[in-house]
Amino acid sequence: MTTFEYAPALESRSIVTIKPEYGHFINGAFVDGVDHFATINPANEEILSRIALGNAEDIDRAVDAARVAYEATWSKMPGKERGKYLYRIARIMQERAREFAVLESLDNGKPIRESRDIDIPLAGAHFFYHAGWADKLDYAGLGHAPRPHGVAGQIIPWNFPLLMLAWKIAPALAAGNTVVLKPAETTPLTALLFAQVCQQAELPAGVVNIVTGDGRTGSALVDHPGVDKIAFTGSTDVGKAIARAIAPTKKKATLELGGKGANIVFDDAPIDETVEGIVNGIFFNQGHVCCAGSRLLLQENIAEEVLAKLKVRMAKIRVGDPLDKNTDLGAINSAAQLGKIRELATSGDSEGAQRWSPACSLPKNGFWFAPTIFTGVTQAHRIAREEIFGPVLSVLTFRTPAEAIEKANNTPYGLSAGVWSEKGSRILWATQQLKAGVIWANTFNKFDPASPFGGYKESGWGREGGRHGLTAYLKSAEAQQ
Amino acid sequence: MNERLEVKKTYKLFIGGAFPRSESGRTYEAKGPDGAFIANSSLASRKDLRDAVVAARNAQIRWAGATAYNRGQILYRIAEMLEGRRAQFATEIAALDGISLQEAELEVHTAIDRWVWYAGWSDKLAAINGSTNPVAGPFYNFTIPEPMGVIGAIAPENQSLLGLVDAIAPIIVSGNTTVVLASTRAPLPAMTFAEVLATSDLPAGVCNILTGQKSELAPWFASHMDIDGLDISGVDESSRSDIKIAGVENLKRIHVFDGATTPQRIFAFMEAKTVWHPIGV
Amino acid sequence: MNYYGLVDGSDASLRNFLRTLSGVDQIGAESRAAMLATRSIKTTAKNWAIDLAISMVDLTTLEGADTPGKIRALAAKAVRPDPTDSTVPSVGAVCVYNDMVSIARQHLDLIGGAHVRVAAVSTAFPSGRASMAVKIQDTQDAIDAGAAEIDMVIDRGAFLSGRYLEVFNEIVQIRALCGKKTHLKVILETGELVTYDNVRKASFLAMLAGADFIKTSTGKVSPAATPPVVLVMLEAVRDFYEMTDRRIGVKPAGGIRNTKDAIKQLVLVNETAGPEWLNPGLFRIGASALLNDLLMQRMKMRDGYYPSPTYVTID
Repeated sequence: MTTFEYAPALESRSIVTIKPEYGHFINGAFVDGVDHFATINPANEEILSRIALGNAEDIDRAVDAARVAYEATWSKMPGKERGKYLYRIARIMQERAREFAVLESLDNGKPIRESRDIDIPLAGAHFFYHAGWADKLDYAGLGHAPRPHGVAGQIIPWNFPLLMLAWKIAPALAAGNTVVLKPAETTPLTALLFAQVCQQAELPAGVVNIVTGDGRTGSALVDHPGVDKIAFTGSTDVGKAIARAIAPTKKKATLELGGKGANIVFDDAPIDETVEGIVNGIFFNQGHVCCAGSRLLLQENIAEEVLAKLKVRMAKIRVGDPLDKNTDLGAINSAAQLGKIRELATSGDSEGAQRWSPACSLPKNGFWFAPTIFTGVTQAHRIAREEIFGPVLSVLTFRTPAEAIEKANNTPYGLSAGVWSEKGSRILWATQQLKAGVIWANTFNKFDPASPFGGYKESGWGREGGRHGLTAYLKSAEAQQ
Repeated sequence: MNERLEVKKTYKLFIGGAFPRSESGRTYEAKGPDGAFIANSSLASRKDLRDAVVAARNAQIRWAGATAYNRGQILYRIAEMLEGRRAQFATEIAALDGISLQEAELEVHTAIDRWVWYAGWSDKLAAINGSTNPVAGPFYNFTIPEPMGVIGAIAPENQSLLGLVDAIAPIIVSGNTTVVLASTRAPLPAMTFAEVLATSDLPAGVCNILTGQKSELAPWFASHMDIDGLDISGVDESSRSDIKIAGVENLKRIHVFDGATTPQRIFAFMEAKTVWHPIGV
Repeated sequence: MNYYGLVDGSDASLRNFLRTLSGVDQIGAESRAAMLATRSIKTTAKNWAIDLAISMVDLTTLEGADTPGKIRALAAKAVRPDPTDSTVPSVGAVCVYNDMVSIARQHLDLIGGAHVRVAAVSTAFPSGRASMAVKIQDTQDAIDAGAAEIDMVIDRGAFLSGRYLEVFNEIVQIRALCGKKTHLKVILETGELVTYDNVRKASFLAMLAGADFIKTSTGKVSPAATPPVVLVMLEAVRDFYEMTDRRIGVKPAGGIRNTKDAIKQLVLVNETAGPEWLNPGLFRIGASALLNDLLMQRMKMRDGYYPSPTYVTID
């Protein structure tokens, strides 16, 4: 060896046991499904297990179980006791963190470094944070003795399967709601492992129900008359369909939808950390991030320098086996998503933007896309307007701060934005002007249970995390039913 | 001896600080409870709505950029101006609603006090609904409530002044601008109220008031892509579902309020913005 | 005078240049270093890294209690770190006070260690608090005694009070003494500069003034060679190369006590400055206890079981 080639450093997958087939988790027990579909490892297309395809009857049973648990147990239990269940869950998730991490990387394709260091610890932290709210709801800002909505129907995406589960279930339970959750079609395994955690924590039957399936299963949940509150994270199109579906009803909804985050780099930015932030902004989790910094806005007088450094840095990104501890960029989650990324990247080519990727060899099997940037992008290009949800960065330039803001806000989305500058007043000015729910200044893609997250405009309704997120699962004592 | 002939007012619309007639040239009769003609009121068209939204959008950034102290003073000024025209409003309301002058006066007083109440909120919203968030890392993290942008409102049919005030005040106190459709049945106090706004230091375009048919205009409010949020408290329950569906196109935040005077009504048309910044040397 | 065409030796040009340097965000730099610290180096890569690290060690003793006997033992260890295994490479250099240079040089030559260089700390090490005449004499003594490398300290007081040109001129003068033959390492004492902005500034100042290496620390001040400090210095040498086409070396010193720490440093080099810096000509690790841990890890990799310190010589 003449150069420092890191030998493979594989995380052992022996820590997880995957059953050949899974049913739904309803009323505290696993029940067999009727039809099944396969969930695969996107890094090599290996079939991991066969998953029950939830139908209307399954949803019916789950909602009924949640209703009974709500009326009989959970809404009557003192907050202090509910909180103790959540603390138990948090602790068991910490105890079984490595198991969750390996399973998440197998089913999702994300690097073990990220599932181990980010997804799983944050998921546990969400339960720990919300556990503490359960007996303090009087201080949530809705007056004395606020009430839960009842049964929450929750539909989560495949990009952060366990973390999104935690974002949904933890506040719902803390507030006193019971839950029917549908994991994403391509990433159900950690939710099913979470069901086992609920059993270990001796959570009363029916408080958490997990019904696996696809879009039809989700629709059945949204349409079910026994559901009082919908929480959805996913695409803006599906979010809108849900909003239409519940318009005639009294159902409440929070929606965390798409984004096309601008990452604005001013000419006084701390350059090396900015380059790191750009990389983290778009290549974290293969770019499967609704709040990704997918539009890089560079001040024109430093654009060349930043791009040169960015390319050098991108050449260091290690693409490959998600279970290798040194992998930075894992597999694209599904063939369908890979197809969408390719289609949009091709549109970038045909609309005249310049594509660049570092030399990197991609594995033969599985779904892969090299880290890619497009330069010469204008606001009119599809790759500047549409969410690619992959490791593809569109680079634009600006001349003045006002132009940066104008371009950043020139999108129907409003989820996230980044600002890079060493000048405090400029950062505060920019954060004030940007129409986005989460703004990272001199950092990017940071998350915390205490920090509210959610978007303006077509990026959704409501917040998750912090006191703001909690209130989405509560109503004031006076509020009409 | 000849009695003096009263000089009657022409009721127009209030858009961008001016009082134009409807571009459609249409009017409709505002009548008392006995069906007697009181005045012609402008019958706003969808194009008037379009113009009003443009005016509201143009005014929004500056209004949001005004200091909270300044916005509070302007809202208080509205109360002052309203106070000075109590009698005029009471007469107008009594005639339209067929209620006693005392009852009408009570509504006017409540409306004035409502402005005083909302005026005081402008510089307290962030204290109530903002936070610094103790994240697990070396970051300063805070959440602030921000105005949403341009908010539409369909005012309720009853309480033609108070209902209107309850729609407008919580929207604009935070820095939103608004286009509000007044009570269809009793539109006149709304236009008299516009005269109050016009003399209250409220920047042009912050509040735009239309009179017209709810059934005609509400769907255009709902589908307008440059309206960020919509108060449909004044829309019939049977029509709300359609309005909500039309509003999905830009994921408009659509709310119905039950009349309670709470800061939640202000927060309903605000967005929480969370900012992260590293703490280092 | 012209220094790489970047500054002309005037106070104004130096100040202007340092002002153009980008700031360093502390949290960003630290999180990048922490992320690189999670790199898992196993099997063949680990074998390679351990031997490389051994060859990069500046085996150091800088004690008031140093004696000729101690120096000779150190020299022996430097040449053959593991007497039982001839495949273990020699270290890069031994690093001593200037009165010990001749003893070290003579003993190295005597035991077949002509290839191991002798480095002397200089310029009133570790504080740098002396007149320029003393610093020059200090350096001249070391060169006369056979030092191939001079590890000088900068005047941190001058730097922190903004007298950059003074710091610069001292380095320029020592550089002139060293000539082409003697390698000059400039110790920034990053623990006293405190901020990464200062580390970046001082790195450039030293490189412009003619340093062959920039070195983190004296080993007498804590914190010393933390991964983020080394990251910032590696970014500086990488950027300086972009500007001048000249590669300057980096030497972390102080606080690198075990193999894990050393391998983290190599990962930093690999992913920041690049593989071109992964040789003793451009990267050294100033250490004393580290060498034995590298040897023990090497035994573990070779034998497949954990060794005991009993089997590693303590010199």
